[in-house]
Order: sequence, then C-alpha cells, then structure tokens
Amino acid sequence: MALSQILVHLGVLLLLPPLLLGVIQRTKSRFAGRRGPSLVQPYRDLAKLARKELALSATTTGVFALAPVLAVVTAVMAGLVVPLGPFDAPISFAGDFVLFAYLLALGRFFTAAAALDTGSPFEGMGAAREVGFAWLTEPALFFAFFALARLSGSLQLEDMLRAPEGELWRDSTVALALVAAGVLIVLLAECARIPVDDPATHLELTMIHEVMVLDHSGPLFGLVEYGAAVKLLVLDVLLMHILVPAATVRGWLGLGFFVLGVLAVAVLIGVVESTMARLRLLRVPALLVAAVLSCGFALLLLGR
Amino acid sequence: MSGFEGPLAARAGLLLLLGAAFVLTLSGVPALLLPRRSLSGSRWTVRLTLAGCAAGIAGAVALLAASAPAVLRLPGLFLGEGQLGGDALSGFFALPVLFVGGLGAVYGRTYWDPRRHPRHGRRLQFSYGLALASLLLLLAARDGFTFLIAWETMALATYFLVVTEEARAEVRAAGWTYLLYSHAALLCLVALFALQAQLGGGFAFGAIPATAAPKELTALFALALVGFGIKAGVMPLHSWLPDAHASAPSHVSALMSGVVLKMGIYGLVRTLGLVAAPPLSWGVVLLVAGGLSAFFGVVFALAQHDLKKLLAYHSIENIGIILLGLGLAMAGRATGRADWVVLGMAGCLLHVWNHALFKSLLFFGAGSVLHATGSREIDLQGGLAKRMPATAGLFLVGAVAICALPPLNGFVSELAIFLGLARAALGPGPAWAALPAAALAATGALAVACFVKVYGIVFLGTPRSEAAAAAKEAPAPMLRPMALLAAACVAIGIAPGLFAPAVDRGIAAWAEDTGALLGWGRFLPLGRLAVVAALLILLTALISLRLAPLCRRARERQPELPTWDCGFAGASPRLQYTASSFAELITSRFGWVLAPRFRWPRIEGPFPEASSFHSEIADSVLERLLRPGVRWLVRLSERLRRYHQGSLQQYLLYVVIALVILLLVSLQPWWPVERLGGS
Repeated sequence: MALSQILVHLGVLLLLPPLLLGVIQRTKSRFAGRRGPSLVQPYRDLAKLARKELALSATTTGVFALAPVLAVVTAVMAGLVVPLGPFDAPISFAGDFVLFAYLLALGRFFTAAAALDTGSPFEGMGAAREVGFAWLTEPALFFAFFALARLSGSLQLEDMLRAPEGELWRDSTVALALVAAGVLIVLLAECARIPVDDPATHLELTMIHEVMVLDHSGPLFGLVEYGAAVKLLVLDVLLMHILVPAATVRGWLGLGFFVLGVLAVAVLIGVVESTMARLRLLRVPALLVAAVLSCGFALLLLGR
Repeated sequence: MSGFEGPLAARAGLLLLLGAAFVLTLSGVPALLLPRRSLSGSRWTVRLTLAGCAAGIAGAVALLAASAPAVLRLPGLFLGEGQLGGDALSGFFALPVLFVGGLGAVYGRTYWDPRRHPRHGRRLQFSYGLALASLLLLLAARDGFTFLIAWETMALATYFLVVTEEARAEVRAAGWTYLLYSHAALLCLVALFALQAQLGGGFAFGAIPATAAPKELTALFALALVGFGIKAGVMPLHSWLPDAHASAPSHVSALMSGVVLKMGIYGLVRTLGLVAAPPLSWGVVLLVAGGLSAFFGVVFALAQHDLKKLLAYHSIENIGIILLGLGLAMAGRATGRADWVVLGMAGCLLHVWNHALFKSLLFFGAGSVLHATGSREIDLQGGLAKRMPATAGLFLVGAVAICALPPLNGFVSELAIFLGLARAALGPGPAWAALPAAALAATGALAVACFVKVYGIVFLGTPRSEAAAAAKEAPAPMLRPMALLAAACVAIGIAPGLFAPAVDRGIAAWAEDTGALLGWGRFLPLGRLAVVAALLILLTALISLRLAPLCRRARERQPELPTWDCGFAGASPRLQYTASSFAELITSRFGWVLAPRFRWPRIEGPFPEASSFHSEIADSVLERLLRPGVRWLVRLSERLRRYHQGSLQQYLLYVVIALVILLLVSLQPWWPVERLGGS
C-alpha cells in the first residue's frame, strides 16, 4: 500500500473525530431550537485542555495516567484495522476483527482500572457499569462480524465492511438491517450516548463514562475526550460501511463521500439523542440483549 | 524384550527427561535429612530441583526438535511389557511443568520459609519434587499401566501438597474432596485403559482402528471425558478445584493450576489422538463442554471475593478455552478440515503454555499479597500498588495477559481459537456454529470485568484494612520468578513467531496426517501480530514519555491532593467500591446459577445498632447437586441396615436365598444368562 494512502488514512483518523462531536452537538441544538456552538468547538476544547494545568490525586498510581494514553492508542489502532471509505485498512489480516474488539477491550480495562485507582466510590460505580455493560456489547459485535463474514466470505474486516453494497443489500436487506440496528446499539452503548448514558448529565450517580474520568484533568482529560472521540469515529465508520456503500466510489471523490457518510451517522446519533429519553440503568441490559439478538438473528437468516 | 529406538535427539531428550524425573524425586531428600529449621537443607533441595528442571528443559527442547519420537521398551514389569516414549507432544507439555515447577521451587523457599513453617516445610518440599517427577513420568508413559502409576503418584503427591496446613479444618476438607475426586477420575481411567487395550491390541498406546464398534468408541470417549475432565476441572466436574487451589500454599496453587490441570488436557489430547476416525459428535461435545466451562467459570470467578478462589475459577474458564480449541480440532479431524485442526490445536496447545505462565504469575502475586497482608479476602486489601509496586506491576501484566488482551500472550492463542471458530461458523454448517465463538467473546469481556475488579480493588484505591496499609514489598527471591514469568508472557505476545515451530511440532505429533504439512503461521500472520504488538507498545511508550514530566511536576506541586469527592467531605476508605459491589451488576443476572446466600442486617428504629452484612457464593454443583445426592444415598443405605444384624445365621440364610434365586433363574430358558456369562 502506498505511503501516501496510509498518511491520508492517519490524517482522517486523527483529525476527523472532534468534528463528529461538533455535528452531534449541532444536531441536538437544532432539535432544541438553539443555534448551538460552532462545529469546531470540540477542537478548541481539546486545545484548551492540552494547555491546562494537571492535578493528580495522591491516591492514584501510574495506571491513572496510563489509561488515557491507552484509550487513545487503542482507539487509533482499532482505526487502523478498518477501511476508511476508499482507503484500505493499513493493518489487515484474516481475523483482524478479533484484534479490533480486543483493542477496545484493552482500552476499557485501563479506563475502568484508572477509575478504581482514585478510590472514589462514584468512579468505582462508573467502572462497574462500564464493564457490566460491555460483556453484552462484545457478543453483539461478534455476531455482527460473523454475519458480515458470512455475507462477504472473508474474515478480514476490510472485505467484511465493504461487502454490503448494491446487490448484496437487495438480497439480504433484512439481515443487514438487523446487523445495522445491533451495531447502532453497540455504538450508543460503547460511546456512552443516550439512551444508555447521557454525556451531558450533571448528576454523578447516573453517569457511566463521565463519572469514570471525574478525576482526570488538563492534558490527561484531553486525551480521555480525544480517545472517546476517536472510538466514536471508528464505530461510526463500522456502521456507515454497513449502511452506505461508500467504498464503491474510489479516489478523492470517494473520500468526500465517506466523510459525508460518517457525518450522516453522527447526525443520526444526534437525532437518537434528541428524540429519546435515557433508559433506566437497570433497563440498559435489556437493550443490549436486544442488540445481541438482533445480530444473532441476522446470522441465522444468513445461515443457509 | 527391551529396546530403545528413535533418532539420537529424541533418545537423548527422553533420557534427559527421565533423568530429570529421577533427580526431582530425590530433590526433597536433603531437606528431609537435615533439621526442620535448617536453611541449607531447603537450599540444597531447591538447587537439586533447579538442576532437575534444567536437565528436563534441555530434554523437552530436544524432544521438540527431534524428527521422530523415541520409544523405550522395558521388559515385562507388569502385565506385558512397559513402554516409555518421548515425542514433541511430551516435550511440549513438559516445558511448562519444568519452567513453572523450577520457578515455584525458588518462590516457595522464601514464601514457605522453613524457619517460619518448621512443621511441614520438609514434607512440602519432598512432595513438590515428587509431584514434578510424576508429571514427567506421566508425559513419558506410553502404556496404560505406567500411565496409571504416574497418575496415581501425581494425585497422591499433589494431595499432600494441598493438605500442607492440615491443622486447619477447611484445608482437610478441601484435601478430602480432592482425594475423592482424584480417585473417581482414576476409576474412569482404569476402565478407559482396559477398553483402550481391548480396542488397540495391548496396553501399549497404539492406534485404535476406524473399524472399532461405535458403541465401544463412545464408551471410550465418555470415560476419557469424565476421567480427564475431572482432573482438568471441566464444568460440572470441577467442584474439587476451587477449594483445593485456594487451600494450598500459593506456589503449589500455581503448580496445580498452571501445570497439573494440564495433565487432564494432555490425557485427552493423547487418548483422542489414538482414535483413527473420531466422529463429529466428539468435537461438538468438547465444544459444548468448553463453552460452558469458559463462560460459567468466569461467572463464578466474578462472584468470588477470595483472591485465590477467584483465580481457581479462572482456571476453569481457561480450561474451557483450551477445550474449545481441542473440540474444534477434533471436529476438523472428523470432517477432514485441516485448517480447523491446525488452528484449533495451535490455540489449544499455545493456551496450555500461556495459561501456565500467566496463571502461575497471578498465583505468585496472590501469594505475595497473602504474605504481606495475611488475608486472601479481596475486600480487605486496597492501595497495595503504592506499598508493593513491583508485585503490583507484575500482577498487572498477568491480569492483562489472562484477559487475552493484546499485546500479551493470551491474545495470540485466543486469536487462533477465534479464527478457527470463525472459519467453522463461516463454513457450510449451520449458523449455530457461531455460538462457541460468541461464548468466547462474552467470556473475554467478563474476564476483563473480573480482572479490573481484582486489580482495582486489591492494588488500587486506598487500603481497606490496617494490614493492607502496613503491607511491605515482597522480597526479591519472590519477585524474580514473577519477573521471569511476566517476561515470558510479553515474549510470546510480541514475538509469537519465535514459538510457532514448537506449536507446529506439537500439532504434527498429534495429527500426523494433516498437521505435519501445515504450519499454523499459514492461517495466522504471526509477523503482522508482532508488528501490531510492537506498534501498540511503542505508541503508548512515546505518549507516556511525553506526559511523564507533566505528571511528575503535578505530583511535586500538590503532593497531598485528595481525590475529588463530589462535595462529600466525609469520604473514607470504607466508601470505596468493594469486590462484591463492583461485580453486582453482572452477578445479579446469574443468581439462578450462583445461588448467593446473604445475611442481611436488620435495621429497625431511627438509631439502629451496628450491624453487618455477609454474602457468600458456594459452589453450586457441590452444594446443590453432590451433597444432597450423597445425603440421599446415605439415607437410602440406612434402610438396608435393617438387614445387617451381624448374626452369622442370617447371612447364611441370605446366601441360601441368593443361591436358590440363581438356580431358578438359570433354569429359566427366557432369562438371557448365556449372553451375560459369555460362552
């Protein structure tokens, strides 16, 4: 693969994520009848956090500082496994979807451990919820991958994600729709969005992701936010590839097409967040089980 | 007739292995001969153990490198001639035995200092050496009798290891359960080898032809699954395991969990390898058993708040993962899919190594925690990373490895199994072929939850007890073995290609027809994995280095900064999340299998008295199935006691009655006595 392609891939992967946050925020503002902050506000926020002073609780150990780094690194590495529209995935091999899922799990391990590192009961609560929901999202994700693998006849994420287009969509609409629904729920849960978690809530008791990072500040908090944004982009790309046949258009036009598709999914997330109420915490597992079943049924439909 | 055949490397390897077994058998003698509190006795014992392990490792490597197996025929000691042999599979399983065994001896000398434990230090060291020797003999055995002798020696030696602290009632109970289970397994194996001798033509391990009757083959498989399954701790035959592993001294727990369990896997691999044409159903049964063990093993682990019991339940989970690999390989042999065989077996074998490495690392770490704070209770720990940073760091490596996260070794073996299962799910079979893989995915996520809990509650946060607050770092002789194990975990994780040939040899020795032709590197780009692992470590290190000065400055500027308590001023360590509260969200979904027992506080009136809350999770199979079953059996037998009056006349009467009945029966032409009695 050409070096320039990898560089463009990296550029999109590293620069686009905050824009998604901006688009989601703008969508939600429009629904609320407000103008909302500028689309580039998340970039400004990250720049501000990078310059801020860092405060570390005396209780914490190295894990606390390592977690935000790993959150970013694992999300970026997961982004290297997926294709970005016309650009092939820089890292691709049979079974790379396992690497994708386990990289996200590595980030989760350290984020949750860092929450316990503070010794705060609130952060412990968030960590427990994070890992308590992830064990349902992971099988859902794997069922989705297997369904895509059956469709494409390949175990490489690149081919799996590029399969749903044209004829395939027509032939297995129901299965693909089920997979898309499942992946959407996984995305909402993994990226701490309504109806699973409310990124804008103000009450620690009800938070999941935000409460885990209460004690992170300055550049470390910036890394946390940035890592979460990259993870959002990566899962967004996953969903976008299932919904939109973006890879059919090659070249720079394809890249534009891809960015539009990714932003459209961000708008979709904004719409979901604006039109739905947050679920009660104990109802969340039911939603996640629905995701597992949705992807599982898709696999059954593709069975024979 | 005696003879010694095979290429030079294999013969040398077998001799080295047997020599190592001899040295290890005698390794406890110096300690036995010297006074109880003598340091030099235990020192000599450790030296002998290390010498034996070094010789054995050389032998195992030679066996892995040899082009063909070696066979040593011994003149008829028992029924027929005895056979010892060495092939790549023996070498492959012997390596972790010797590596973990040697490191365990070093760790154990400090952990179980003879000056602090004069009563049972010497017996512990002797049994330890004997256990290692019996494991090597087991791996070299090539006929049913030698195998059973080695098996029973192993069972007894490990029993004595488990009951090291026999003064404590719960240790005796755990040892008793272990002994009972071991002998139930032994009974199955006696039957298994009798059947194998009948089908394969002699007690020496020979191929069982495809022409064998399906009924007998099914019996063979069932006996192997139960007999070896008990040893390996496959659910639901696992009930002996958590208590036995928790009660033993920690380096013994490491040996038992990391290595002795694998002998069950070895036995399954060896005996199933003998069958020329296994039916597909065997693979499916193994997949189901593996999936159940993996998933419910981790569910039970999540619910524990005893550190060593939790690790023991994780062994059940990992045995399940290993069985998933083996089941896939068996299914591959039944359907002629070489890729399933290679990937399944690669995952199975490599996970045997990996689990031995990270589980002994974790048990050593748990031992150091116990050593420092005097408690296995997770909820009494906390903040140990500040007090024992080296132990904490090494434990973290083990925790990440056991969750099968990249870039460590667990990921490589689990990826091989995942890839194999995915190929199976992709194939022409039904869609439920994807279920084992989904179970594995859920298991992985639950393992992450479990080890976040363990590491977070034990090592992070603030101390929950005075003992934890006063904990001291473990001494260097206990840290060094852990460091070596952690280094091995990292090495297999970032350079799996280096270890691939050994795995290939193991596969080839097991499935001569398919495995020999293909390396598992053909299906799994090991070089690519190395790049991913290196990239992951490099990126993390780069950003961390950039952040390190910022963090240092922040700590220097405000060294006493507390954690943000959300405005609540009375924060105390007791407010922290505990092991049970952390896992509650998940374990509450599994109340139907965990059956937790609670003792709630009764809170009455406006100013309630001090109260306490207690929860415990017993092993469901033992408490809800076995104990009631045995009680029922005892009650039933009590009814028979009426006929046992102890008077001779009565017994003579019984004999007469029996004789009459038999006579009547044999006179009846419709009764199938001829068929029962043979010719």
